[in-house]
Amino acid sequence: MAKGPKKLDWLRGYASIYMVFLYAPVILLPIFAFNNSTVIAFPLKGFTTEWFSSLMDNSALHDALGNSMIVAVSTAMISTLLGAFAARAGVRYRFPAKRGIMGLILLPLVLPEIIIAVSLLVLLMRLGMSLSLWTVIAGHVLVCVPFSIAVLNSAFAGLDQSLEEASFDLGETSWGTFKRVTFPLILPGVISSLLITFTISLDEFIIAFFLTGTDVTLPVYIWSQLRFPAKLPGVMALGTLLLLLSITLLIVAEFFRRRSAQRRGLDASTTEGLI
Amino acid sequence: MTAAKAEKPIITLDGVTRSFGSVQALRGVSAEIREGEFFSLLGPSGCGKTTLLRMIAGFDEPTTGTITLDGKPMAGIAANHRPTNMVFQSYAIFPHLSVADNVGYGLKKKRLPKAEYDREVEEALKMVSLGGYGPRAAHTLSGGQRQRVALARALIMRPKVILLDEPLSALDKKLREQMQIELRRLQRSVGITFILVTHDQEEALIMSDRIAVMFDGQIAQLDSPEALYRKPNTQRVASFIGVMNFLDAKAVGEKGGKITLDIQALGTLDIPASALPEGMRPSEISRVGVRPEMMSVVMDGAKGSGHEIAAEIAESEYYGDMTYYLVSLPGKDEPVTISMRNTAGRAVLEPGSKTRVSFSPESIVVFR
Ligand SMILES: Nc1ncnc2c1ncn2[C@@H]1O[C@H](COP(=O)(O)OP(=O)(O)OP(=O)(O)O)[C@@H](O)[C@H]1O
Ligand SMILES: [Mg+2]
Repeated sequence: MAKGPKKLDWLRGYASIYMVFLYAPVILLPIFAFNNSTVIAFPLKGFTTEWFSSLMDNSALHDALGNSMIVAVSTAMISTLLGAFAARAGVRYRFPAKRGIMGLILLPLVLPEIIIAVSLLVLLMRLGMSLSLWTVIAGHVLVCVPFSIAVLNSAFAGLDQSLEEASFDLGETSWGTFKRVTFPLILPGVISSLLITFTISLDEFIIAFFLTGTDVTLPVYIWSQLRFPAKLPGVMALGTLLLLLSITLLIVAEFFRRRSAQRRGLDASTTEGLI
Repeated sequence: MTAAKAEKPIITLDGVTRSFGSVQALRGVSAEIREGEFFSLLGPSGCGKTTLLRMIAGFDEPTTGTITLDGKPMAGIAANHRPTNMVFQSYAIFPHLSVADNVGYGLKKKRLPKAEYDREVEEALKMVSLGGYGPRAAHTLSGGQRQRVALARALIMRPKVILLDEPLSALDKKLREQMQIELRRLQRSVGITFILVTHDQEEALIMSDRIAVMFDGQIAQLDSPEALYRKPNTQRVASFIGVMNFLDAKAVGEKGGKITLDIQALGTLDIPASALPEGMRPSEISRVGVRPEMMSVVMDGAKGSGHEIAAEIAESEYYGDMTYYLVSLPGKDEPVTISMRNTAGRAVLEPGSKTRVSFSPESIVVFR
């Protein structure tokens, strides 16, 4: 008992160091984005929004952003849809070799991305397909589906089967049951899945680098800019904007999830969610 | 007129079986369920009650055999096209909808004018004494209220049959007893056929017009509560419905509408030949049964009725209104159970007391 407070101090110290290590680099991003110097170093020179305004009239950047949006939105929707099918089948039905099949679907989770990227590239070359944003989307879907399944699994597992049966019993069709009962109840999981897969796709680099044609995505564009030291502060500004976007998305998603959990009378902090 | 209507079968089960791989959940169930009756499926866990109910609802199909509902064979007809509605054991209240939207869920398909829809929902809620609860969120309801909502949701569909799978098992004892009576009264007033699944024999006896006792995927006996209790067909049914004392017995004579039995511990006595179930010959009798309340412990000075034998109290359990005695009879190893109502001034006997036990031969049930 006497050891209690001391141990707590130690844990507190550990937690603080951990947080600093985790977030200090992230905080550097906005600091240098507003620093009036092309050199990324302390001491800071002065305040400027020049780097942000330079982003505004950079058409290559805008193209890359547009490409990334197309890829990330398509990836999020396709992988969430496929993930929903797989999660539903895995939770609800028994079929031969279920474990093996589910294992194979989840495999990209542990495969090094570079291996996935190279093998997809070889395959596409062999098939004689030209590289485009669609090949990037295909690659992203492959790595995103496992995450989507993981999120939606808990959503479907938490869905009492008798709710769907009750709807059916009350005269509703399969599609009507999905619309009126199943979908509203798994919606928090769907939002989580869309968000996770969107985020993964948005900042995925290796697959996008290997599988894209002339259209580059944002991470590939940023990588190409890093060769020019003068462009570095602009990259910092861009990073700051992306950071804000991610945080906003997370907060919005969490808000919807909590509201829906509350409406169902569940404890928001113990249900399927990210935070 | 009403009697004729009551006799008409609303559901006919004919040789219904269901196998899950190597598990035979139902092994040939045949029965007729009458229109407007309160019918119970009673049996121990795993005997196939839920399986049978789900097949009537349309969630499952028989492996062999047929189910006819209101004159129509049900094969290939899905749950959403059957005139049945189910009250689930978990109630299956839609958690994201209000009470009114839950109750009106099945009505939405009918596209009624708003005013009429609202009126029907409120009416259904009133029927289950939840008038005014419509706007409440479903998840704020207590267990008993959820159960009522589940019932209102089924009633509003005006189905031919309402199916209830252990609807009261999640409620505490007081509430359960209250709901049993309420459910029974509601069923009488709406006149819809109710099929109740339960493993609680007392619940089945209280609520039902008729009860099908099921063991191992088969109906062991289908009868009115009173007939089941007084004239169980088999020892298994007898001990599932209430308590019964069993004694070895064999017929030693038969004449003039009487059968003479030689019964373990009770000696020779005559029973009326009418006590024999149909199709059973006296030579087939191997045991008899007596309910605890059909015997009495003769108190000091009191005069017993019918036959009397010497006995000794082995144990007594005091329940307030009743006392249950375990009584040793000479010639029987296991003591028999006798219940006595604790009327004013009647003593509770201590274990070890010497006493006498009286019983009347009419109360004896014979078994193969
Ligand atoms: N989907 C299924 N797959 C395999 N076996 C099943 C399935 N459904 C039921 N069974 C088996 O069929 C038998 C009857 O089950 P059922 O659920 O009908 O019993 P029950 O009488 O309702 O029991 P309880 O009182 O416990 O609810 C059991 O042995 C059960 O294990
Ligand atoms: Mg059951």
